[in-house]
Amino acid sequence: MKYGHLIWVNLTRNKRRTILTALSVAAALFLFVALRSVNTTLNDAREVGSESRMVTRNAISIVFQLPEAYYGWLSSLPGVRRVTWGNWFHGIYRGNPRDFFASFGVDVDSYFEVYPELVVPEDQKQAFMRERTAAMVGTGLMERYGWRLGQTINLTSMIYSPVTEWPFTIRAVYTPLPGWTDEAFYFHYDYLSEMTEWAQPGWYVLQLDDSSHAATVAATIDEHYKNSRFATRTETERAFQTGMVSMYGNVGFLMNAVGLAVFFAILLVAANTMMMAARERTSEVAVLKTLGFSDRLLFGLVIAEAAAITLAGGLLGVFGAKLLFEGTGFQGAGFLPGFAVKMSTAGLGMLIALLLGLFSGLVPAWQAARLPVAHTLRRVV
Amino acid sequence: MALLEIRDLSKVYQRDAQRIPVFEGINLNIVAGEFLVLMGPSGSGKTTLLNLVAGLDEPTTGTIRVSGAEVTAMSRRDLAAWRSHHVGFIFQLYNLLPVLTAYQNIELPLLLTHLSKQDRREHVMTALEVVGLSDRADHYPRQLSGGQEQRVAIARAIVSDPTLILADEPTGDLDAQSAQDVLTLMQRLNDEYNKTILLVTHDQRAADRGHAIMHLDKGVLTG
Ligand SMILES: Nc1ncnc2c1ncn2[C@@H]1O[C@H](COP(=O)(O)OP(=O)(O)OP(=O)(O)O)[C@@H](O)[C@H]1O
Ligand SMILES: [Mg+2]
Repeated sequence: MKYGHLIWVNLTRNKRRTILTALSVAAALFLFVALRSVNTTLNDAREVGSESRMVTRNAISIVFQLPEAYYGWLSSLPGVRRVTWGNWFHGIYRGNPRDFFASFGVDVDSYFEVYPELVVPEDQKQAFMRERTAAMVGTGLMERYGWRLGQTINLTSMIYSPVTEWPFTIRAVYTPLPGWTDEAFYFHYDYLSEMTEWAQPGWYVLQLDDSSHAATVAATIDEHYKNSRFATRTETERAFQTGMVSMYGNVGFLMNAVGLAVFFAILLVAANTMMMAARERTSEVAVLKTLGFSDRLLFGLVIAEAAAITLAGGLLGVFGAKLLFEGTGFQGAGFLPGFAVKMSTAGLGMLIALLLGLFSGLVPAWQAARLPVAHTLRRVV
Repeated sequence: MALLEIRDLSKVYQRDAQRIPVFEGINLNIVAGEFLVLMGPSGSGKTTLLNLVAGLDEPTTGTIRVSGAEVTAMSRRDLAAWRSHHVGFIFQLYNLLPVLTAYQNIELPLLLTHLSKQDRREHVMTALEVVGLSDRADHYPRQLSGGQEQRVAIARAIVSDPTLILADEPTGDLDAQSAQDVLTLMQRLNDEYNKTILLVTHDQRAADRGHAIMHLDKGVLTG
């Protein structure tokens, strides 16, 4: 672009001012990208569950268990194809409560049938299913502790016994589904029930033939057990997940409010820069007009200059955030599994940078376009 | 037919209820190839007249035509395009952009054309040659003397080959020798390149370089 040089020399007239403005745009967009990515990660967690899978748990709370005997009746229900269950183990490693991760005993055969999308190499899957004390571990957790396939490790359970060491041999490593944690630890429910007398299923997962029957199935189950000692609560897996994430409910609103406030603060910073820059140059604008530069062209040059500053800041902030979070594998200390800066978030950040440029350049660009030449030259010369 | 035709031109400023006429009912013809000098006391309206001819200011009444085109009837946008082709403006204080080199300053009017980078380069180098500053292409204005700056400004005014050159006291800020150089250059533009020039000056020696002298005083133009 033949006016590129003109824009460039104007940008570099006051380098410090230009750089500071670009950096404040970068800082604001870094913040925006980080906050929005937290938001999209939480929203994705909500989408993880399936509509055709249902979760039946104790009606009082997830921390109470359900009888093993429910399995038979649940499996016999029309519309239910397969049932599996799991139990929360609350295992810790090295006896340190900080070395904590999601660990549960599952009914191995049925679990793989209900979750066919779990990515595990077939030979590892078979090895895991064969051995009573085998464990299947997420890639992230393997990395966190430097574990190897075939290694035997000991966990203690905060629920069953904080002193008994349970040996597990890692036989399989799974790759997480989108939005799933890569730090979970699966093992055989059978092993659990052999070691303790009072372990019972913590929840049942039901694979339905058809998700449109979800409401009827849930009503049938909960009605059936309503007056038993262990009343149930049944909902779709997605609703179950949503319940887990809904405590973040207002995070989204808060982030939007913060984002908006930052946007306007930065808009003022950038607009101020452009107005100062333009004011110093009024006589030059008048001279360019005597050379035949049109109002429209001068308007465009100011806007382009403003956009160059905010887009440079935007690139730095948006892709700086993306590279930083991806480079460090940021997961919010395990609370934000699958944390990622999406391309849509990066794109939105760049769009905001562009809008910042357009809006901040608007007033000085308009002034440059409308500048009365004769009057301006008289004032200066 | 005259290249520049001014008919019944008036410029009147209105301050509150007070009418402040600069001049009223001015008529003037300049034929192509003319080198006309305009003199007059300070505040008589010389700059105002040049600005009107260049379409940088609007008259109160009257018409200005350049090569048949009615400047006073054009829209702002048309005026800008017209100016880039037909008018070269030279100021007392040069008005070069300090952040651009001599070369880049001279190139500015050519950015408005469809010329390729290579063609622009040829035009700029020719203009630099005409003003005798080929070796100063990459110098910034602050690295040039006043006389050299003004010659760069002249190169900028002629680079797009305009019909009419308007010069407002181009030697007003120069020492005697530089002033002579600039005037000689303008004379050459007139002689060799057949440029039509309207020169405003206070300096009698500058005025002597032109073909004819007009005086503007108390709103009246006399030959
Ligand atoms: N915006 C304005 N409002 C009122 N009067 C103005 C305005 N602009 C210019 N004038 C007046 O118009 C008159 C002509 O000014 P102009 O600059 O054309 O004179 P000049 O002949 O070029 O003078 P000089 O030789 O000092 O450059 C002056 O009296 C000036 O005060
Ligand atoms: Mg004047």
